Amino acid sequence: MSYVDPITLLFASIFTSNIILANFLGTCSFIAISKDLSSSNGLGIAVIVVLVLSSAISWPILHYILIPWNMIYLDLFAYIIVVAAVVQALEMIIERVSPALYMSLGIYLPLIVANCAILGVVLFMEIRNYDYMQALIFGLGSGIGWWLAIILAAAMRKKIDKSNVPAGLKGPGITLITMGLMAMAFVGFSGILRVQ
Amino acid sequence: MSTPTFRQVTKENLSVNNPVIVQVLGICSTLAVTNKVVNTLIMTVGVSLVTAFASFTLSWIRHLIARRVRMIFQVLAITFYVVLFQLILNAFAPEVARSLGPYVGLIITNCIVMGRTETFAPANPPLISWWDGFTSGIGYMAVLVLLSVVREPLAFGTIADFPIFPPQYVSDGYNWTIAIMAPSAFFLVAIIMWVFKTNSLKKEAAAKAAHATGGAV
Repeated sequence: MSYVDPITLLFASIFTSNIILANFLGTCSFIAISKDLSSSNGLGIAVIVVLVLSSAISWPILHYILIPWNMIYLDLFAYIIVVAAVVQALEMIIERVSPALYMSLGIYLPLIVANCAILGVVLFMEIRNYDYMQALIFGLGSGIGWWLAIILAAAMRKKIDKSNVPAGLKGPGITLITMGLMAMAFVGFSGILRVQ
Repeated sequence: MSTPTFRQVTKENLSVNNPVIVQVLGICSTLAVTNKVVNTLIMTVGVSLVTAFASFTLSWIRHLIARRVRMIFQVLAITFYVVLFQLILNAFAPEVARSLGPYVGLIITNCIVMGRTETFAPANPPLISWWDGFTSGIGYMAVLVLLSVVREPLAFGTIADFPIFPPQYVSDGYNWTIAIMAPSAFFLVAIIMWVFKTNSLKKEAAAKAAHATGGAV
């Protein structure tokens, strides 16, 4: 695979291969949470933090433990434990350091374990053979991309709630159509550069 | 709470409470793997079996797990079956495994598996939990196969790699590449939800009307 420099990768992971609008990762919690702008913002920031930390921890585990000891088939176990541990640790640290932040962010943290964006990014890191710098940048970019998508969607849903939607489309239906339109807009970026 | 019968569970999971279009669970993989019928079938079989066996296992040991630590047991049991499925897939269908990419591993965080093992399995005996997991998977399969049957012909002119349009369809560029790209997946799921929900709203209204006239008489 050709080497992708970090800045290109950052741009690509935010816009052209947006983690949710191009790779569909993290859609479940996206649909559930994007009703409300401030919770979307909170969850988005939590996702950025967890993504960067999980990529930072998973990469050494993959390259210094799993590959040398030929235990690559255990990768899923390793990653899911890392993700769960990061979320749990982060929850405890935030609770101790900043109770105010915990109050606003705390309830979203456990949701993140079941967010496929985290595990997906870690698996992409393995499949695409990123080096450590790339893994970190990809984690950060994907997090920012997810945050951007969810606050945009939340802002749009606020307007949509007031408009007259066919009864059968209310709720998840219209949200999916909104996401489809956003995905189309983001496809426009893919003319600029392409990173697989 | 009484244990539901096999028939009730089947009906719930296949139509009334379909995991994808009514409960809106497992949408990530719904959108990602439906570009080819073969991929879709293999993926959904995987989800059905993983959900079924994970539910069975967790229901079997449900009295031994303290409520506080159940999450970690759920995740580990699910991961175990996903790894098993992934190894089998790599051994017998390496090409499909490659084109599904990370999405096989992502069965772990599929909300359907999580949902069934969290809500149904801890409250019911193993056999019915197995059946519940399996039929949830089948309900998921029904929707996904429908999606892939629309998307694959439009994009590649084939269904399950069997050509249904003349070869000029793709070679002369009449094919809709958009059909395998992200936006069309979102739109199609939304349309299926729309049809299904309108239908069930109509039924509800009819039932209410029948009830009202019945009350008046």
